[in-house]
Amino acid sequence: MSRQPLIKKEYRGTTRLAGPLLFVENAADLPYGGMVTITGAQGADRHGQVIEVSEEVAVIQVLEQTMGLDLKTTAVILEDREAMLGVSEDMIGRVFNGMGRPIDGQGPVVPMAKLPVSGMPINPASRERPSDFIQTGVSAIDGFNTLVRGQKLPIFSGAGLPANEIAAQILRQARTTGEQSRFVVVFATIGITQREVSFFMEQFEQSGALSRTVTFLNQADDPTIERLLTPRCALTTAEYLGFTLGYDVLVLMTDVTSYCEALREVATAREEIPGRRGYPGYMYTDLAMLYERAGCIKGRTGSVTMLPILTMPDDDITHPIPDLTGYITEGQIVLSRPLHRLGIDPPIDVLRSLSRLMNNGIGEGHTREDHRALANQLYACYAEGQDIRRLVAIIGEEALSALDRKYLQFADRFEKQILHQAGENRSMEQTLNIGWQALSVIPRAELGRINKDLISRYFCEIMEDGIKTPFC
Amino acid sequence: MAKDRTNITGMISRIAGPTVVARDMLGALMFEVVRVGHAGLMGEVIRLDADTAFIQVYEDTAGVCVGEPVVGTGRLLEMTLGPGLLGHVFDGVQRPLRQLQQASGDFVDRGISVPALSPDQRWTFEPQVKVGDTVRGGDVLGLVPETQAFVHKVLCPPDRQGVVAEVFAGEKTVAEVVVRLEDGTALTMAHQWPAKIARPVTKKVGCTEAFVTGQRVLDCLFPVALGGAVALPGGFGTGKTVLEQSLAKFSTADVIVYVGCGERGNEMADVLSEFPELIDPRTGGALMDRTVLVVNTSNMPVAAREASVYAGVTIAEYFRDQGLSVAMMVDSTSRWAEALREISSRLEEMPGEEGYPTYLASRLAAFYERAGRTQCLGQDNRTGSVSIVGAVSPPGGDFSEPVTQSTLRVTGAVWALDSSLAHRRHYPAVNWHRSYTLYDQTLEPWFARHVGPQWSGLRKQLMTILEKDAELQQIVQLVGPDALQIQDRMTLETSRMLRDGFLQQNAMSDVDASCSLPKQMGMLELMLGFHERAAQALSQDVLFERILAMPVRESLSRLKEVPEDAFSAAQSDLSRELTEAFANLQKKEAHT
Repeated sequence: MSRQPLIKKEYRGTTRLAGPLLFVENAADLPYGGMVTITGAQGADRHGQVIEVSEEVAVIQVLEQTMGLDLKTTAVILEDREAMLGVSEDMIGRVFNGMGRPIDGQGPVVPMAKLPVSGMPINPASRERPSDFIQTGVSAIDGFNTLVRGQKLPIFSGAGLPANEIAAQILRQARTTGEQSRFVVVFATIGITQREVSFFMEQFEQSGALSRTVTFLNQADDPTIERLLTPRCALTTAEYLGFTLGYDVLVLMTDVTSYCEALREVATAREEIPGRRGYPGYMYTDLAMLYERAGCIKGRTGSVTMLPILTMPDDDITHPIPDLTGYITEGQIVLSRPLHRLGIDPPIDVLRSLSRLMNNGIGEGHTREDHRALANQLYACYAEGQDIRRLVAIIGEEALSALDRKYLQFADRFEKQILHQAGENRSMEQTLNIGWQALSVIPRAELGRINKDLISRYFCEIMEDGIKTPFC
Repeated sequence: MAKDRTNITGMISRIAGPTVVARDMLGALMFEVVRVGHAGLMGEVIRLDADTAFIQVYEDTAGVCVGEPVVGTGRLLEMTLGPGLLGHVFDGVQRPLRQLQQASGDFVDRGISVPALSPDQRWTFEPQVKVGDTVRGGDVLGLVPETQAFVHKVLCPPDRQGVVAEVFAGEKTVAEVVVRLEDGTALTMAHQWPAKIARPVTKKVGCTEAFVTGQRVLDCLFPVALGGAVALPGGFGTGKTVLEQSLAKFSTADVIVYVGCGERGNEMADVLSEFPELIDPRTGGALMDRTVLVVNTSNMPVAAREASVYAGVTIAEYFRDQGLSVAMMVDSTSRWAEALREISSRLEEMPGEEGYPTYLASRLAAFYERAGRTQCLGQDNRTGSVSIVGAVSPPGGDFSEPVTQSTLRVTGAVWALDSSLAHRRHYPAVNWHRSYTLYDQTLEPWFARHVGPQWSGLRKQLMTILEKDAELQQIVQLVGPDALQIQDRMTLETSRMLRDGFLQQNAMSDVDASCSLPKQMGMLELMLGFHERAAQALSQDVLFERILAMPVRESLSRLKEVPEDAFSAAQSDLSRELTEAFANLQKKEAHT
């Protein structure tokens, strides 16, 4: 689209300031979605975006604080018809603020292209079906919720659960089949604390990942409304690096919960009719505009894979934020507080977790022929074991049948041997073998999810006289 | 439709997200399609107030200014119906996505219009009418062999009639005249129909034939008739999408219309890459050749999402009118309802329950009522059907929310998906206690005739065991399994076998993804037969542990792995084995 040169016109008809919103009269020629600069009586220039415009009044959401603005001297100048971000390969290794301006003191980046941060939807007919699995080295993910290149797989965390540690481990260990990691990381912080930011920075530094990371920082004490722009800047950069330059990009966004709260803040200030828990009715669409930017495109080498982290308020998975996210993303990794208390590291609740693209990325030619069946069987047995645990709580272990006890034993082995790995980096092969090992306590006749061929190839029941499996 | 009228041109006076308000629009039609702004974005009038029109825009409105023009088209949102629909992928306003990709690249740009049906493709028109014939709406004007296996009936549009004056046979594009009537009306192979108006039929007829899905839990426990409407509610991760896709692949329908409404792009990519590879078991051709996809992913504009459901059902009705049985899958109607809510709140309408507009229930009802088995317009009295399976995604998996509840009131069956089944990877995660069907009585004769007279008996036995199991499980929770009577413990064991070996079905397995009705019946007969014999043996004091240790149980629970062509042999073998095994058991018991 060609753009006409803009004459910088000042709008001085500010009539109302409410929370993050600025109402300007006589500004009907401002374009919807336009980016503006706001100069006020006090403080530095602020940035804003037009979120509604009519013949009478334009509504501008101010990305920084409105503190220190007045109705008399405030002036609004149109900068761009849309929020744009200059992107370039040189952004790799650099640090930006939540609006995409460099803050690492290394000067500006010379943009190779200027792109609208809201992005455009990928034509579904152009999408490549994601099917290359990413080995993360974490058994609970690789074995049961396999991550695939181009997927968006959020981590559902709770306050005090180690989502950051898991995310850092994934970033450190992620690689596609057989190769060394060639991922570029785009890291967007949305309203997280200084402590968390420095944790990640240390991790990146230690693993040498810093030089292949683009960082966008919006910390807990940064302007709230800026958070609406931070993930968009990050994803615009990711799309450019992935789809234009051909990198495999891993986008880590934390914390989506802060993003949604910012969204709610603006919606409330506009006096919109609130939806569930006060979040706006369009939150699904809004989140989808972020998450759906992950993917692979036919005929292009790069990809955008997304690992958003969100905090479930009060560990409630039915809260609108995890709920809507789960309906958009291709699965979820759910962290469990009980497992965390037991010292299982990482405390991933595999029964509630899911990877929808797993089936495309596993099995013969990808991981191993037994992967799908084995994972299904392990799930089913673990679920059975969990049921029996609940039963034990009521009727006591003595009342259990011999088979029930085996399931109970299996559930323990599942958690201690498969889930628990304390930072170890496991190959896919190792993960699967450990799975078969754990399964050996279950009698063969119970393995209805695995076909006979695979059982005879991989499984060897531990009999009472002590025959062991090939992997024990 | 269009009366002579110069196109109305108004001016934008307000922009708020996908909703635009324009002045000077007096004379615009309610639901008229308009072009918004210099970019020519597509929109639809949804409210008129004096000379002001409220418009929902099907594309992103960023960059649009107050004062830009709005131009009316004088037409409602219409679908183009004709040869060339099958095998294609459209967005919510029927723009073909593959052609759109050629026009605007891998990302969907704004303000682009591409004709729904290829204007260049030539089809061979074989006339079925001659000069002097009187044709009415729905009559077959001619035939077009569209794919190897599919002959497209070119229909006289429902709102046209007259005496044929000229007929043009041969290679034609969809825009060329194939029949001219005496009053000068030119008929082409394609015609337009407003998406939000149901296509007329002669009458609706009873739904007495089964819509066979190939999924055991559905065909056996909760069968649905051709022309039925089903709600498929389930929280996220319960396998709605996989089940909808299995239905699209294996159900008995002549044409499949699959609407991905506000869903994931990568899943649609999955469908797009998988369907062309799949073989249609009925014709031997590609499955894609009998499928129309309407795709509006969650990040595509919300107003087009609202339209996508209507686009899908209009296309489905068009194929129904050709005398075919059409299955329409919508994934998911909740996204559609949310689109309604979003637009309603932008219009500042007074909200109903949970912020949804008060007309949500009536819109849902009007949509599901477009399903049905009908005698179509036209002189040959053909019948066709549209069956609708609508996925519902209740927030937090809570079925008491308005979309689920309004849907339950208008559908004839509910396949309720359950997250606890999904967590243990029991798919399809259809909860047999919460699901129901109202079609089972009417379909009983059909099953008796087409599968076997014992079908309904087996089905009842299966339900009784599952019901008993639920009851017993509650006791077990309190006092443990040992306190149960031995017969009841047998029921628990059988129920487990039925759950894992029969109800559970692996959509990823080559053998088990779909199961024919005879195989379903065979499996049930064997499993329930085992239960009966076991119960009998127990009453003759055979030890429970002995029965549990019978090796034949493993073969029973692996019956689903037996391929269709080997099944009948396997069935008789196993049946014999079963008889022998129980005879041996009793012999041994007599010894000790």
